[in-house]
Amino acid sequence: MSLLSVEGLGKKFGGVSAVDDLSFDIRPGAVYSIIGPNGAGKTTLLNLLTGVYQPSSGRIVFDGHDMTGRAPYEYARQGIARTFQNLQVFFNMSALENVMVGRYLQERSGLARALLRAPGLVRAEQACRNEAAELMRFVGLQDYLSAASDAMPYGALKRLEIARALATRPKMMLLDEPAAGLNPTEALELDDLIGRLTGRGITVVLVEHNMRLVMGVSDHILVLDYGRKLAEGSAQAVRNDPKVIAAYLGGEVSPDSTYGETVAGAVAQAVEMHR
Amino acid sequence: MLSRLASPRTGGLLALAIVIALLPLALANKYFYDIAVLVGLNAIVCVGLNLLIGYAGQISLGHAGFFGLGAYGSAILASRYGWPPLAAMLTTTLAVAALAYLVGRPILRLKGHYLAMATLGMGIIVYMVITTEDRFTGGPDGIAVVPFSIGGFVLQGERIWYWVVGVLLLAAVWLALNLIESPTGRALRALHSSEVGAEVVGINAAEHKLLVFVISAVFASVAGSLAAHYSGFVTPGKVAFLHSIELVTMVVFGGMASIFGAVVGAAALTTLPQLLTVFEDYEMMVFGAVMMGTMIFLPRGVVPSMARLFQTRRNASSDDRAGSA
Ligand SMILES: Nc1ncnc2c1ncn2[C@@H]1O[C@H](COP(=O)(O)OP(=O)(O)OP(=O)(O)O)[C@@H](O)[C@H]1O
Ligand SMILES: [Mg+2]
Repeated sequence: MSLLSVEGLGKKFGGVSAVDDLSFDIRPGAVYSIIGPNGAGKTTLLNLLTGVYQPSSGRIVFDGHDMTGRAPYEYARQGIARTFQNLQVFFNMSALENVMVGRYLQERSGLARALLRAPGLVRAEQACRNEAAELMRFVGLQDYLSAASDAMPYGALKRLEIARALATRPKMMLLDEPAAGLNPTEALELDDLIGRLTGRGITVVLVEHNMRLVMGVSDHILVLDYGRKLAEGSAQAVRNDPKVIAAYLGGEVSPDSTYGETVAGAVAQAVEMHR
Repeated sequence: MLSRLASPRTGGLLALAIVIALLPLALANKYFYDIAVLVGLNAIVCVGLNLLIGYAGQISLGHAGFFGLGAYGSAILASRYGWPPLAAMLTTTLAVAALAYLVGRPILRLKGHYLAMATLGMGIIVYMVITTEDRFTGGPDGIAVVPFSIGGFVLQGERIWYWVVGVLLLAAVWLALNLIESPTGRALRALHSSEVGAEVVGINAAEHKLLVFVISAVFASVAGSLAAHYSGFVTPGKVAFLHSIELVTMVVFGGMASIFGAVVGAAALTTLPQLLTVFEDYEMMVFGAVMMGTMIFLPRGVVPSMARLFQTRRNASSDDRAGSA
């Protein structure tokens, strides 16, 4: 039984295929990582999996629903949440309000109730506020409970997006390079946070260049290159795949050259560390 | 309790109520009451328009069209067809809401300049229809409007209108504050900042833009209906493009995403031209200058800028105390 099933997915920009005839399945409860060189199509794939882009071909089935051609908000309603590589924080609101927006699907009320500020709504707002604060603590943002979002450092904003995504109560969460721009300590804390997301029963899809993180947390890795599937399997299987190493080096170098060994070695070491 | 009074919602509403209640002490004669009523009516339009422009971030350069449709709808139904004014106003409001919905659906897909141009076009079409359909509208000459009456009670005179408009303005501000502090209001502010960010948490951005467009059109239409009955006459001037620009200037000057800013903006820019009657022919120049000055010196608008100043002062003084302790 797979939670997400992708068949023959493609996305063309002009004549260029950013994602090309891609098929894969994601099982519930797993940490599924998608890696690949810059421009491989990882972000494009996440945009397809959240309805931000419409596919040029193929099918996306999530939790038994054919989602192909649906709008982003419909993906969210089925239980897919995400963060962005280029932050999409609501900078006109406080940090807490950002997370409260994430609870829109649970909180939304009729227009009349909102306009007349029905008593039930006032109570619900208070509960929403508390819940949002709880989620901020969960991702480690307890110091920013009364912060304006435009006054927060980059690392905190990345976690704010995770809290906002969590607030939608997703079945699956897609993280686009959550470690990018973080200092090493912050990046280390991500391992733990991702573990706690799966602990909540959320299936995590991780796009990331930080191999230490990827090799440490992933149950399954999909390697993309030029929009196509290059390899797929466990961390173990992927890190030894010559095609993968070659792709990361620009396709010119054989895996047993010195440079190749260095990369493969680094990857292997990371895996050992996390056993 | 005190902190609740200091909140923008309760404190602001209370302050506005006090101003409305005490203002008559300063209104020496009918002429001042007249200006106050015009301020109130413009403020109602601006509170609605600020929901659209300031909060949801969607520009409209055609809201004089909705104001004008409200005015002419009421005028035609009540004066030509003898409908009871209240029924005429409610019917007109519903019709304007329906029209805003139909027009908004296609044009709110547009962004930035394109949306500005489309709403501009809409306003111009309304203006053209009103000036050419003179069988109903009286064309460029305008149309006389019967006084507003409910069940035999006739609303006439600046003083009565002052209180009616004052109460309606308070109601409009209350409704707008409620909306902004609801999940729907947060959704509007969110899509202003990042449409894709809002969509991926489940917000249907198109639906919300349409909703706030219709709400702002309804505010404008109701104010238009009231203005028609109050002044007893409507001319196409209030439907014209320049009036749309005046309304947007009020919102920007008072402060985007500030409900009380919209009221302050309407008050300042309705009063200003009246006080500067020497500049009569240059009224639009005054508006242009105000718009440019605001964008350069107070890009957030008057009320948010003052609120910020107050905030930093207060923080500074509490820091002082912490420092001396
Ligand atoms: N909106 C777009 N219009 C045109 N081309 C695009 C668009 N989005 C992505 N592309 C192209 O598609 C390809 C894949 O880009 P994508 O952003 O998905 O890569 P990525 O794997 O996320 O890279 P990175 O690791 O640098 O984030 C690139 O060649 C990019 O230029
Ligand atoms: Mg990317």
